[in-house]
Amino acid sequence: MNYVFPNELHVTWTVMIVLYPYITGLVAGAFIVSSLYHVFGQKELKPIARFSLASAFVFLLFATLPLLIHLGHPERAFNMMITPHFTSAMAGFGYIYSSYMILVALEIWFVMRGDFIARARERGPVAWFCRALILFNTDDTPATREADHRIVKFLAGLGIPLACTLHGYVGFLFGSIKANPWWATPLMFVIFIFSAIVSGISVLIFHYFVVSRINGWKIDFECVKSLGRYLWGFMMVAVALELMELLSLAYEQTEATDVLGHLIRTKLFVSYVILQFMLCSLVPFVLLGITALFKLRERTAYLLIWLSSCLLLLQVLLMRWNVVIGGQLVSKSMRGFTDYFPGIWEKEGLITAGVIFTLPFVLLYVFHRLVSLFPDAEKLPSIKPGA
Amino acid sequence: MPCDDRISRRQMLKRLAAGAPVALLVTVFPKLAFGVDRKPGEKRPLYAYAVDVSRCIGCCACMRACRSENDVPAGYFRTWVERFRVRGNGEVQVDVAATDDFVFKATPAEDVVKAFFVPKLCNHCEKSVCSQVCPVGASYESPEGVVLVDKKHCVGCGYCVQACPYGTRFIDPVSHTAGKCTLCYHRITRGELPACVLACPKGARMFGDLHDPKSHLSIFLRQRRYRVLKPEMGTHPKCYYTDLDLEVI
Repeated sequence: MNYVFPNELHVTWTVMIVLYPYITGLVAGAFIVSSLYHVFGQKELKPIARFSLASAFVFLLFATLPLLIHLGHPERAFNMMITPHFTSAMAGFGYIYSSYMILVALEIWFVMRGDFIARARERGPVAWFCRALILFNTDDTPATREADHRIVKFLAGLGIPLACTLHGYVGFLFGSIKANPWWATPLMFVIFIFSAIVSGISVLIFHYFVVSRINGWKIDFECVKSLGRYLWGFMMVAVALELMELLSLAYEQTEATDVLGHLIRTKLFVSYVILQFMLCSLVPFVLLGITALFKLRERTAYLLIWLSSCLLLLQVLLMRWNVVIGGQLVSKSMRGFTDYFPGIWEKEGLITAGVIFTLPFVLLYVFHRLVSLFPDAEKLPSIKPGA
Repeated sequence: MPCDDRISRRQMLKRLAAGAPVALLVTVFPKLAFGVDRKPGEKRPLYAYAVDVSRCIGCCACMRACRSENDVPAGYFRTWVERFRVRGNGEVQVDVAATDDFVFKATPAEDVVKAFFVPKLCNHCEKSVCSQVCPVGASYESPEGVVLVDKKHCVGCGYCVQACPYGTRFIDPVSHTAGKCTLCYHRITRGELPACVLACPKGARMFGDLHDPKSHLSIFLRQRRYRVLKPEMGTHPKCYYTDLDLEVI
């Protein structure tokens, strides 16, 4: 055993392609949280609604960066939109991504128009920028706000299927590759959508805690508790779907079963079995279950939910790694496995990945300097009686 | 001077509406609009490939010829030869001469009951999944049935590399585009043989026109039993193998 086709010694899709579905997932998840407030009226999510929309936007801005770095000819990237080849699953990406980008940008514009108008009335270059942003229309009355609100609700509603399309589509990119037994499953669609929501909620909880801690803001307990419950529910579905896939694979006993079983037991044992399932799925499942089912002290509940969000952020990253890299470790000769670990300084290495992942947070900070993403943070009483 | 033959807005819109289907036909279905650029009665060749596994001696002359003919970068392969050694206990050992000198390592193998060599290359599938998944259409099938890559259009995304069930594609580290066997398209369109076929001292590799019943390939395929690799993928490969063991994937 261990024969790989000679061209398979080079792993084509690197850590950049791990990062691409990860960031896209954060977008979809964060957007859905904002829509839970704007469309489904989950009022307890109000403190984080703006922040989630802004997070979706900044992550969306950087979602294609790892792809561009990975492409052999990034200067030809627009060929996908100019000369699309519609038999390809990848050909639709540019259109789906652009549509979603327009929708999120529009929704942000309408949500924050009032704040932009307030900044536009100040002096200096930022005010000029805001004036241009609001198209020099400073009309801000209850009637315009009502109109904005209606448009936001419509866009947020339209955004939910589009967010699912965007991320389900990313799953389809992998799930439709029949040559790769680790990827080729129709469940990949759904697994990607649910894992996206999990990562999106997790990043919001993680970031909300960190930002509140740094700024000394009170954390809204109802909001966090609600996010924790949603996280628990979505993570259960995401993990259950992955386990179902695994069960089918093991039970069907096809040609792929042996080779994929070997992959799980050897190459992916640490990243898949130990880290993704044992540490980053089972532990948050228990912790979030405790916070949802038992009455805990606020401080304890915060800690457990924050810890779970950290672990689930890592879980989804590991899931992307295990799918993207794991699938390429199996040789199409079905007789062996190759190896991959990214270099630190190379073009598609760990430093680049770290910088790409940091950039959205930097932009989010700049965004917050422009318009407050937590306008009610200081004013809100954190604990409601009887909560 | 007033112009009398000006057209009204309504007329203009009508003419545009009438012209739209024609424009659509020309741009979306050019073959329907213009027909196929072929002389009446002329039959375009359909090139294919065959490997007589029982004839291959594993000399790897084909690999050397391919590398020098096509400037294939070191460490990447448009074609290769696999060595299969089956032991008495049923264990199968497979390796490839993927070194610079293209010579199989003299590794000890005890209790070998069966051994053979299998040349591999792009299968130039009739339903090539690599062409299907290319997001920009840079990977395509030539009118002669050869799967090619337009290097000036390829974005180097690597999706075709993932989609090919046979592992025959790679991202060329020099051009940063997809690389693969072209059946030496620059040679075959001049009536010459692909370099690997020409270099094979035992005639294990064969190339020819499936549309020509008198071609060497057509006669060979009529006389021998053959099969293709991974038929379950539904790609309909045009690389046919005779005397192929079940162990070969």
